[in-house]
Amino acid sequence: MGIGKVVSSAAQAVADIQDGATLLVGGFGLCGIPEETIAALRASGASGLTVVSNNCGVDDFGLGVLLANRQISRMVSSYVGENKTFERQFLSGELDVELVPQGTLAERIRAGGAGVPAFYTPAGVGTPIAEGKETRAFDGTSYLLERAILTDFALVKAWRGDALGNLVYRRTARNFNPLVATAGRVTIAEVEQLVEVGELDGDLIHTPGVFVQRIFEAAVSEKRIERRRLRA
Amino acid sequence: MVVNLGIGLPTLLANVGEGRVGVLLHSENGLLGIGPYPREGEVDADLINAGKETVTAVAGASYFDSAESFAMIRGGHVDLAVLGGMEVSAEGDLANWMIPGKMVKGMGGAMDLVAGAKRTVVIMEHLNRDGEPKVRASCSLPLTGRGVVDRLITDLAVFDFVGSPRREMMLVELLAEIDLDELRLCTPAPFAVAIPG
Repeated sequence: MGIGKVVSSAAQAVADIQDGATLLVGGFGLCGIPEETIAALRASGASGLTVVSNNCGVDDFGLGVLLANRQISRMVSSYVGENKTFERQFLSGELDVELVPQGTLAERIRAGGAGVPAFYTPAGVGTPIAEGKETRAFDGTSYLLERAILTDFALVKAWRGDALGNLVYRRTARNFNPLVATAGRVTIAEVEQLVEVGELDGDLIHTPGVFVQRIFEAAVSEKRIERRRLRA
Repeated sequence: MVVNLGIGLPTLLANVGEGRVGVLLHSENGLLGIGPYPREGEVDADLINAGKETVTAVAGASYFDSAESFAMIRGGHVDLAVLGGMEVSAEGDLANWMIPGKMVKGMGGAMDLVAGAKRTVVIMEHLNRDGEPKVRASCSLPLTGRGVVDRLITDLAVFDFVGSPRREMMLVELLAEIDLDELRLCTPAPFAVAIPG
């Protein structure tokens, strides 16, 4: 069962991602992004993709390369400030964009993976994102009804993983990854280190293997830093 | 207390707060206990703040996923959010995430923060790059939150917003170099004066 999850490369992992697929992608900025999986998608050429991810990379790294190659037709994100291609494609109407408050995005993904179809949140009440959404008061405060997110594929990056699909993330590279892992019909985990089953301490596993369908060890993890800032 | 610092001007506070006992800085990408920027040999690609800058973590820091991070925010476990702003209105409305047709950055965590943090402080310049007032009777840009600002600090003055449900703006501090008439000239928002002493 578990052993069948290991695939040999990113190219093999993404081979059945077709045109028009919906994808969840982990990461915050360039931190904790499945960089090799994204590069394999760039090579596969799958287009018309709907991508749900907190950010959209930078112009030449991460999801930005799919954008530059016009493989993404719809993007669901909370913050896209570092990507000029994104801004240009959005303002010209080429790219369909849904901007979602970051906490709402996280909870929509969590809900999707947890079998909860919708939930109420106070974020965004009285703003443009409330338009067309049900508003309901609880104990005198207004909340918006937000729908869960589930996608065809979920792409995550972890520090260490095993053949059963168990994953451990490191520091702030965890971010959206554990949520994303739960909400794809097929979840593909790219890991820096693929270790023997039993080597990970069960008390410290962040994503239990049940959520992961495919896993591979990245050949190279560049882990590019977006803003290297040093102490003065 | 637990403090969340937004992108832009608020990040300047990180250094001021450094080493202050009892203050933990929260970063919405999943870190409670932001430390100083790293030295050359300490840089870690897996350790960044919400502005995507390399940081360190203080002793006792914890890491968590984005859903848990926003459970802290929405659930009222963050005492203070300090955010940047594009416009603030006399009733404490905040706009800081897009200029229609011109600039799209996205709201990031700002809408969750203003809805969930116990107190919201906005730090911004009094005038925009074109010299137009950012403190207005009502916001012209799409809102981040309605009636959510508790304190506004600009390069000219400090205002508090009091009252519920409708907030009113009170001047509590004025830069020594300008007088009240000069402030009113560049502040279309009506405000009361409550400078102590």
